[in-house]
Amino acid sequence: MGSELKVPTMAALFAAGKQPEVLFWVGCAGSFDDRAKKITKAFVKILNKANVSFAVLGTEESCTGDPAKRAGNEFLFQMQAVTNIEVMNAYGITKVVTACPHCFNTLKNEYPGLGGNYEVVHHTEFLKKLLDDGRITLEGGTFKGKRITFHDPCYLGRANGVYEAPRDLIKKLDAELVEMKNCKSRGLCCGAGGAQMFKEPEKGDKDINIERTEQALDTQPEIIAAACPFCNTMMTDGVKNKEKEKDIKVMDIAELIATAEDL
Amino acid sequence: MEYITNIAFALILLVGIVFFARNVKKLIRNIKLGKEVVVNDNKPQRWKNMFRIALGQTKMVVRPIPGILHILVYVGFIVINLEVLEIILDGLLGTHRLFAGLGVVYNVLIASFEILAFLVIVAVIIFWIRRNIIKIKRFMSPEMKGWPKNDGNMILYIELVLMCLFLTMNASDFQLQQMGAAHYVQAGSFPISQFLIPLFDGMSVPTLIIIERSAWWMHIVGILFFLNYLYYSKHLHILLAFPNTYFGKIGPKGKFNNLDAVTQEVKLMMDPYAAPAEDAGEPGKFGASDVADLSRVQLLNAYTCTECGRCTSECPANITGKKLSPRKIMMDTRDRLEEVGKNIDANKGNFVDDGKQLLDDYITREELWACTSCNACTEACPVSIDPLSIIMDMRQYLVMEQSAAPSDLNNMMGNIENNGAPWPFNQMDRLNWKDEA
Repeated sequence: MGSELKVPTMAALFAAGKQPEVLFWVGCAGSFDDRAKKITKAFVKILNKANVSFAVLGTEESCTGDPAKRAGNEFLFQMQAVTNIEVMNAYGITKVVTACPHCFNTLKNEYPGLGGNYEVVHHTEFLKKLLDDGRITLEGGTFKGKRITFHDPCYLGRANGVYEAPRDLIKKLDAELVEMKNCKSRGLCCGAGGAQMFKEPEKGDKDINIERTEQALDTQPEIIAAACPFCNTMMTDGVKNKEKEKDIKVMDIAELIATAEDL
Repeated sequence: MEYITNIAFALILLVGIVFFARNVKKLIRNIKLGKEVVVNDNKPQRWKNMFRIALGQTKMVVRPIPGILHILVYVGFIVINLEVLEIILDGLLGTHRLFAGLGVVYNVLIASFEILAFLVIVAVIIFWIRRNIIKIKRFMSPEMKGWPKNDGNMILYIELVLMCLFLTMNASDFQLQQMGAAHYVQAGSFPISQFLIPLFDGMSVPTLIIIERSAWWMHIVGILFFLNYLYYSKHLHILLAFPNTYFGKIGPKGKFNNLDAVTQEVKLMMDPYAAPAEDAGEPGKFGASDVADLSRVQLLNAYTCTECGRCTSECPANITGKKLSPRKIMMDTRDRLEEVGKNIDANKGNFVDDGKQLLDDYITREELWACTSCNACTEACPVSIDPLSIIMDMRQYLVMEQSAAPSDLNNMMGNIENNGAPWPFNQMDRLNWKDEA
């Protein structure tokens, strides 16, 4: 399967004198985390299917610096940002798509002030556009009538106001979109943001991902849809904690579409 | 002697206003202890925010019950202030119901003041029940014990008393008008206070005049007291919500400021030929450990907070029992700022080190590290307060000045520094996923 993926690098395209339509910023989770790598591949399959001319930075990509900045290490963040911007500007990149809302937010909002000006879109927005432009078509078959609840990633929703693109895609699958008690601008965090992903939580009554998973389970979903690799991990852990992993899948929007397309 | 009441009134008014002005001066002085920030971008959007969020109360009604009740109190107070104008002029000029000449318009005005006063009383009673009988969770947090709780109730009592005095004043006035008492011109329409008339059955004109005058005086003195209570209470939001929503963050909530001081350092590091500018001083302190390290907007935020707790009730850390409460971040910031202000007052205008700071003495590290930066608090705030920015500034101090991050985060940052990812994977393996089955 893997060998079928076409994943050109910027370096290769640049050497061939070509410029892709868009840079796919894979991100650290998408590159290294076993669960998130599946999301990355699902997204690439869709890009391949739609004949999108894209490229990745590959080994030239480095952490955007988001977790460092949120942890308070502005210095490390800016070092990362300036290095990444140098690479991207050298390639003349104008448009970036990423499946990670944290990378998305940082690239979109915090890089311009340091000299990195790109049109940055989240993969759910990008997929929505592909669909609207007729570059991919969706037949609802696989997910027809399935109850799917969508967990808003904080850095996609509240932080950047993207609420509808992922929902529109779920609806296009002919699935039944069910909303949690807290959704959209009042969505509850999965517990991973602000560098929490990389540390133990402070003392409390409950872990945040358990609270959020309980809200999701209240909707009696068959699938919990996520649009962030970190939310995906937190929700997957939450579902496991509730011993529901046999009945309820946690899937990224890109995976839903790739599965629907039988890619 | 005939002007004695006018003079007494003028004096009371003057004292009330002078005291208030003194407190406003102190408030501004304290806010100016913060770092100056230039806020001159996108003025149309800022004015729009002020009109929509502060004047239009758009974020209050996200929670419909307290939102609508709050609008009643808010509209009541604004509109009834027109009546205060008449009261002040009457007091200064020795007139009675100066605007009575407006005729029908006057009747409509007085009638609407009365209806609003009644609605304010209803709303205030429901607010009191929510705080003291139903004990709504967000009013019961640890930071709401003691003074904050009493302050909240005190404000409700003052509002209740003021409205009752207003209606008593009108009722006795109406009764006097009907009895044909001298000076009590037939004016106004009293849809609410007419129901109080039976209370005055059989009272003589002089007794009624005493009641009417007492209510009139206590009402205006009460208003002046309330005006001066503001500075000592959480109630400053009735004034500061306006500048606060103007200066509030605009643009994407996920966008955090890049520290300019750090940018300079990073540029110097990245460019071997760069030299620091001749006039460049020592780079300042990174992040915030005390109120003077925060910006003026953040300090204005602290004074604006009315401790409603919507932020805390939406905070994922707080919901799951962690110590962090965004409201407490704002209350602590204000308490520390007040403490610094008093220190300056006590030491002839200079701050004398008291061995305390906002970090640790007020806000603990445990609180700061519990934040997920999810922006639920800033979304929930009805007046554009940003507790998250204070948390982030304090984390910057902990990490960049003190190297005091939790060890897990130090590992994460070490990984980013060494191999460009928060986990210990080699950057050269970043594309391996492509060929994995």
